[in-house]
Amino acid sequence: MNVWIAIGLTAVGCYLVKLLGLLVPAGTLERPLVQRLATLLPVALLAALTAQQTFGAGDAVVLDARAAGLAAAAVALVLRAPFLVVVGAAVAVTAGVRALGW
Amino acid sequence: MLALLKRTGPGRRGRRTIADVAEQTAPPVIRDGTPAKPDAAVVRDALGVGVAVGLSGFAFGVTSAGSGLSVLQTCVLSLLVFTGASQFALVGALAAGGNPFTAAAGAFFLGTRNAFYGLRLSQLLAVPKAVRPVAAHWVIDETTAVALAQPSRRAARIGFTVTGLTLYVLWNATTLLGALGAEAIGDTAAWGLDAAGPAVFLALLAPMLKSATERATAGIAVLLGLGLLPVLPAGVPVLAAALAAPAVLWAQGRRAAATAGRERDSR
Repeated sequence: MNVWIAIGLTAVGCYLVKLLGLLVPAGTLERPLVQRLATLLPVALLAALTAQQTFGAGDAVVLDARAAGLAAAAVALVLRAPFLVVVGAAVAVTAGVRALGW
Repeated sequence: MLALLKRTGPGRRGRRTIADVAEQTAPPVIRDGTPAKPDAAVVRDALGVGVAVGLSGFAFGVTSAGSGLSVLQTCVLSLLVFTGASQFALVGALAAGGNPFTAAAGAFFLGTRNAFYGLRLSQLLAVPKAVRPVAAHWVIDETTAVALAQPSRRAARIGFTVTGLTLYVLWNATTLLGALGAEAIGDTAAWGLDAAGPAVFLALLAPMLKSATERATAGIAVLLGLGLLPVLPAGVPVLAAALAAPAVLWAQGRRAAATAGRERDSR
């Protein structure tokens, strides 16, 4: 039930912000500070999510196979690999390191 | 997905991201009088982005089902939320044991950037009032990038529609396949599939780290996100880490004010 509540809230919230952009008069959200905050907010959220889903285990911070996978993804990104290759590299290296028993 | 656009989509212009394109095209220049880009070329651009990104719904399906959501829940997310980063964030937060409200809040904040895309698109596409509630569902990173890269309103409308339709159909189809695949596999962690989520986030984040401001924000957010993990309830540390954004802007504002003050004094 909790999962459905989360899905419902996210669906409604994400749809309404999309619609908001199409409905509000031009200029309303054009203030420089608002624009810069809107650019930086995803940076902060994505960075925190990347770190937590790589190093988080419940409420603990751990170093495991996922870190190797993320490093592989970072290398792929530096090499300008396509999106699916980046994700594939992370998955393959994580599985490989885990298979080695780390 | 932004990262992907840089290479395959019409958004490819050096290291620019959608946010750049959005900033630099304000207000959008509509040149309906200029020689038009052939419709076929626009459709080709749009299909390229739509197909490549659409296929990555597979990664979402696998991650979501691997996080413990049912196939139905996973598919409803792709059908109704349809903005990748928010979907990944939500299932990640739920898997970590976050309550539905903090989990949804994180996904929602990630989705707020779409409001700014919509603002650009409503001027560029001149969407009729009756169509807006439908068009809104497709206002995401990829459709915005394709539409903003077109030379005319006609091309922008074609680009938006073709990208949106291709991406919507493929993203949902591959979500279903991924979710079914994950159920068949069983232990997704043994296959390293729990690394797909963070890799997606990293791929989205990388092209955004253009200047010291973005890198400082990301660094502080990582410290807050990990440092608060042991002390705050699940899901809350990510929201706290979002405060890195206003904090960096505030610090910058103060430094700018101090510099201006010194210049005044020296005169």
